[in-house]
Amino acid sequence: MRELELYFGPQHLGMVGNFSITLKVEGDRIKKADANPGYLHRGFEKLMECRTWMQNFPLVCRINVVEPDHIELIYAMGVEKLSGIEVPLRGKFIRSIYCELARVGSHLFGLWAYSNMLGFDTVAQWAMYHRDLVLDLFEELTGARVYHIYLRPGGVRRDFPQGFEDKMIHTLHSIGGKVPDYNATFFENRLFEKRAKGVGTLTRENAVKWGAVGHAMRATGMQYDIRKIEPYAAYDQVEWDVPTRQDGDAYSRLLAIRDEMIESVHMIFKLIDKMPRKGDVCTKTPNPLKWKIPAGDAYVRCESSRGELGLYIVSDGGDKPYRVHFRTPSYSHGLTILEKVLVGESIADVGNIMISLYVVAPEIDR
Amino acid sequence: MAETSFLNPFKAIKYLFEKPKTLCYPFELKEPAARYRGFHVNDWETCTGCGNCADICPNQAINMVKIAELASRPQEGIKNERPQLDYGRCCFCGLCVDICPPGSLSLTRDYFHIHFNTDTFTFIPKDEKNDKDSFVSDQDYSVLKASLSHRKKNYKGFSPELQYALFETDRVEMPQVKAEKRKLSFIEQVIGYDKDEAIKEAARCLGCKLCEEACPAHLKISDYIQAIAEDMPAESLKTIFEDNPIPAICGRICMKYCEDACSLRIRGDALAIRWLKRYASDAIKDYKKALELKPGEKTGKTVAVIGAGPSGLSLAYFLRLKGHNVVVYDALSGGGGTLRTGPPTYRLPLKSIDKDVNYIASLGVNFKFNTQVGKDIAFHALLKKYDAVFLGIGTMVSFSTRVKNSDKCLLALDFLKENKVGKQKKIGKNVIVIGGGNVAMDVARESIRLQHMQYPKQKVMTKTVSLEDWDALPACVEEVEEAKEEGIQFNPAWGPKEVVLDDKGRIKGLECKKVKSVFNEKGQFAPTFYEDQTQFLEGDMIIEAIGQRPDFSFLGKLADQIAFTKRRKVKVDKHGMTSIPKVFAGGDIVNINLDAVTAIADAKVAAEGIDQYLSK
Repeated sequence: MRELELYFGPQHLGMVGNFSITLKVEGDRIKKADANPGYLHRGFEKLMECRTWMQNFPLVCRINVVEPDHIELIYAMGVEKLSGIEVPLRGKFIRSIYCELARVGSHLFGLWAYSNMLGFDTVAQWAMYHRDLVLDLFEELTGARVYHIYLRPGGVRRDFPQGFEDKMIHTLHSIGGKVPDYNATFFENRLFEKRAKGVGTLTRENAVKWGAVGHAMRATGMQYDIRKIEPYAAYDQVEWDVPTRQDGDAYSRLLAIRDEMIESVHMIFKLIDKMPRKGDVCTKTPNPLKWKIPAGDAYVRCESSRGELGLYIVSDGGDKPYRVHFRTPSYSHGLTILEKVLVGESIADVGNIMISLYVVAPEIDR
Repeated sequence: MAETSFLNPFKAIKYLFEKPKTLCYPFELKEPAARYRGFHVNDWETCTGCGNCADICPNQAINMVKIAELASRPQEGIKNERPQLDYGRCCFCGLCVDICPPGSLSLTRDYFHIHFNTDTFTFIPKDEKNDKDSFVSDQDYSVLKASLSHRKKNYKGFSPELQYALFETDRVEMPQVKAEKRKLSFIEQVIGYDKDEAIKEAARCLGCKLCEEACPAHLKISDYIQAIAEDMPAESLKTIFEDNPIPAICGRICMKYCEDACSLRIRGDALAIRWLKRYASDAIKDYKKALELKPGEKTGKTVAVIGAGPSGLSLAYFLRLKGHNVVVYDALSGGGGTLRTGPPTYRLPLKSIDKDVNYIASLGVNFKFNTQVGKDIAFHALLKKYDAVFLGIGTMVSFSTRVKNSDKCLLALDFLKENKVGKQKKIGKNVIVIGGGNVAMDVARESIRLQHMQYPKQKVMTKTVSLEDWDALPACVEEVEEAKEEGIQFNPAWGPKEVVLDDKGRIKGLECKKVKSVFNEKGQFAPTFYEDQTQFLEGDMIIEAIGQRPDFSFLGKLADQIAFTKRRKVKVDKHGMTSIPKVFAGGDIVNINLDAVTAIADAKVAAEGIDQYLSK
């Protein structure tokens, strides 16, 4: 059979985000896949070198449109580690709650993309609507819906507004109440099972070898979660589980996402119960116009909704970072793993596999 | 997972009968959250025009623009500039709100602006109070018209909260000797910042430069504070010396107009600019090595300066740098003028004065101390001998109340002078100080120290009597507070009626009458009293500290030729020249501020004037 070269994206109905894959196909089987990033390169890491430590906050969140919060968090953590700033306990709890909300919002967005891709439009609509409810919560808390710019070195920018906890609990309950409907229409749907089972399988061995993180890793049975391994914020203050699956295929990955969302909601409730009612939410940082951080470097990592997110940050003693580098989960997922996993799969499953791996194009390019 | 029925997904059908979730805009509107980050609104009355919002903006969306109809009031720290926003750049992060020192800038919940002309996206945030057209009430508001010029009134969103402000509101506390200890001796009250404290305090500066416009001598404050923050005191001192050659003195007794203009003072403590200047001068032991200043190229001209006070010292320094020879005459045995004799040692020790004076002398300025012009050398002889003469004589003669028997009282300046540079006087056990200004505070606080030193463990008392009431005391607040801490008793709103003597002619006390008003309708000083309400204050010593005036007798015949302004100040032109040719003047005899930094400002003007005059 004749081998054909196919361009999948960036202008393609099956593609989510500004990303492209060049496929070599024989029939409808993929022989070779070349990930082709670069459509969304905005030079953030370089731009950050010309902005002061504080001015970088409105910038970093734009690295990932779907879930800006963890990028903010990792940058704040990096600056804190470099300058030795501690976060007050209430601030830590708020950070954890904020990040878990972000995880729910982000997973719902992912669910929208995935179900949309497979043609489950109803579920996609639900997921988008429920994500909007989470965005309403963010608007209440931070004043913005997408780019929250809520964190700051030393804590968060504002305390919870009056009655926010109740509103949050109410919203999360109403989303949680729809889980049976989600299950019935999507997760336990035979069509989904048929499309996703055994597709894009990643063995545990390969997952480790190729640098898989997050739910892709956990779907192979590894209990790998930075929140457990290296607890930050208030994750060591409450009990929670790391949901895993065994098969490592798209199906397992999606179920892992679902379980994670449910676990996150439970964790938020536990965090609200345990958080100190009063206290500072932020440590005072020096004058942002003159803030100089002693020379040094730091590597920090956190568990974003897509997996381990790392930041290497260097200060030369100036008022701006000397160098920043993000180790984003989509980078290994979108380039290494995707190229390898796609081989042997059908063209129809390219989007299926890509989104189940949670490849977010802006994160790869930065 | 067990096989589920293929009918299972059809459970979703029930959603068909639910109300749609999508809002039907514009008939259905969603109210933005209380903290929503939308368009800016700026309270023009509290905005100082400091420009910190423009400095922190990561997108350079904010420019400061001059508003012609607004008045600039540098003394109050208000510039006639207001932020202009480019909504093509703004990312609504709200950092500008968190850095705004007066808290005038906030974000609203408005976020609609639709226009064909992109120029309309550049916008000066208006205050609801003075832009009634753009901000409309709920009834008049229509979402179809919503834009930057059609917005809801009282629609605040993300607002400044001091607790979360990005600037540091609290000043690094200056270590001071406690009142119980300091009132027993003349130990310097203010200890001074150490290196870490100074760096920490200097780092609070936002660099808006409002202070520089308020300072009469326009020191480059923000630059020298920045140098201190970077732990470069020598650099800092170099910057200070561009405009002020007496930092050790000014760092202690300056009237700090800069701090009254500091944008941080509005919702916190003003930056301790004066103490930081003091730190810079104290941290450098040897000015000469650090500054590396050299006199200018020789011009061959020589200028005589009468009075080695702040104006005379500064003038000598500025002229010396321009290459002129300078001879300074002063009746005292050292430099400093009024500052040498006036401010008590606990505020301004002689060694600090000498540090500045010695440095100026080391540049080649010729000081002739213990030489009184008019007595030791005639004024017209100076006029003949030198190419120009500068009068920096200050106000060295105290006024008297001239009530009955007031000739038995002491005068403030004589009292202070004798104690500081002469022989310490025997003090009374019960002293009354007449006056409520800073000099009166100096006298009273010096008196209580002398009392404690001369009568240890005995009951002593110093009280002040002033025409003005508490709220209008001319002395600065800190002075009054510190005096109170030291145990000085105040009698505000009382005026002296007569000094009461006993049979032997010694002072028995002061008869006072209640003050009705201090100023008349025109705002002129014309005190009136309730003659029937009196009180008698017991005391064995009375010191009058009600103001001072200059003495022009040394001018001899020329005294008639010198012109005065309406406020009895020496009239000078824009180059600092008086009505007598080649005679220039500055300092307390010229300006109405009566302080060191204004004297330096005068000296700067006169130095330029003399330089121009001599190079003609």
